[in-house]
Amino acid sequence: MAIFSTNEFKPGLKVMLDGDPCAIMGNEFVKPGKGQAFNRVKLRNLKTGRVIERTLKSGDVMEGADVVDLELQYLYRDGELWHFMDQNTYEQYATDEKTMGEAAQWVKGEESCIVTLWNGVPLTVSAPTFVMLKITDTDPGIRGDTATGGSKPATLETGAIVKVPLFVELGEIIKIDTRTGTYVGRAK
Amino acid sequence: MTTDWRPSASFEMLGLRAQVLCQIREFMAEHAILEVETPVLIHSAVSDPNIQSFSVGFHHPNQPDQKKLYLHTSPEYAMKRLLAAGSGPIYQIIRVFRDNESGKLHNPEFSLLEWYQPYYDHHDLMDEADALLRKLNFKRTIRMSYSEVFEHHTGINPHQTERMELQKIAKQAGLHTAANDPSLLLDFIFSSKIAPNLGHDQPVFIYNYPACLCALANLTNDDPPQAERFELFISGVEIANGFNELCDVTEQKHRFEREMQLRHQTGNTDHTIDQRLLDAMTSGLPECAGVAVGIDRLLMVMKGCDDINQVIAFPVDRA
Repeated sequence: MAIFSTNEFKPGLKVMLDGDPCAIMGNEFVKPGKGQAFNRVKLRNLKTGRVIERTLKSGDVMEGADVVDLELQYLYRDGELWHFMDQNTYEQYATDEKTMGEAAQWVKGEESCIVTLWNGVPLTVSAPTFVMLKITDTDPGIRGDTATGGSKPATLETGAIVKVPLFVELGEIIKIDTRTGTYVGRAK
Repeated sequence: MTTDWRPSASFEMLGLRAQVLCQIREFMAEHAILEVETPVLIHSAVSDPNIQSFSVGFHHPNQPDQKKLYLHTSPEYAMKRLLAAGSGPIYQIIRVFRDNESGKLHNPEFSLLEWYQPYYDHHDLMDEADALLRKLNFKRTIRMSYSEVFEHHTGINPHQTERMELQKIAKQAGLHTAANDPSLLLDFIFSSKIAPNLGHDQPVFIYNYPACLCALANLTNDDPPQAERFELFISGVEIANGFNELCDVTEQKHRFEREMQLRHQTGNTDHTIDQRLLDAMTSGLPECAGVAVGIDRLLMVMKGCDDINQVIAFPVDRA
């Protein structure tokens, strides 16, 4: 894998740190007076999601990580695996529950997801920012209650449970922001 | 149409800069310190292996070959030659140039106030610098030794600690590079764990640095000897660097040779030792102390700016 020097570190560059693939978020030049120069680098560990900071002597190198983001179509789930396909190459990829993480509760079929591959193997999955899902279970709203602002839980066709306004009914299709897991609106 | 034809600093900042320059000159006149101008274009670039000089080609109209000259990284060598010639106390406000330095606190071209006082030691000069800061409306400065402040923040004595202990502390503070050089480890620990905490309530001078961190200062008589160097910190930012200057030409030549060797090790072979400075020192450099103040950073901490672009009309990217 390629080697990158500190003066090549740009946000988005993928490098290996302590055995984990990381994305560089920031690179700050630091030079104490009369001393050697350093680079204070902010990295996001792509495996754990944690943000860490490391300082390197200027001119030092880090190994590049073989990390690519692919847009894949979600096909189906069979038991323990979720299956995706690259619509350009027809290559298929499978991810497990751990790799799916939060994305598992938002996909039902045919969604376009960003799957991050490390050394060709899925590492993380991002569901689309907004999804439209049907409510399969919720208590009926109190008749006439459109303005109190209260909320109730609703179960969606994927099994996810979100808070919805009281006036939203069973069977309705609603729009969810998958980044926060919140109700955005009803499907038009 | 681009918009970077405009200055990145506000006119308020440019006005503050003009005011500060004026106040500095008033102070210097009140203290009978002479303003001098020395060349920016010089023959012998600095030997410090951590500083990179810009080089330029000079075509003398009466000579066939191009001569390689350098943009100075500090007016130090020329000012010391003036001192050796008998100038008495002198100061200069001047642009200096350092290659490979750019960031929130660094522009490759920046403004220094540098001044020298014969017969002062570094403590006397700190007193005088404190008076200048009061004139610029800063609070009274406090003073702490490097060991005191290092021990206060890390629990260890920087002059006597084993390398392995320094490596451990550096690693904990996030140093990724495996480093064996004690000066690098101390520098890193100081700049990451200590410096950011200095000079918030009032400006602080840190004095008497480990000898390894200092080529041009006199050494104390302690065991181990420390360098008679001081730095000024305001709001966590390093603002000034000063020394009780080395006047012994033999020792100076020895240090220059050592630095040149370090430069050669990393492939930098085109610098020559400044023989004119050595000749001046042979003739006799009076005992003196000198200090360099980063004017841009001084302006930054006066107004709480977090980027040097906010105090410079046209930083390098839009120069």
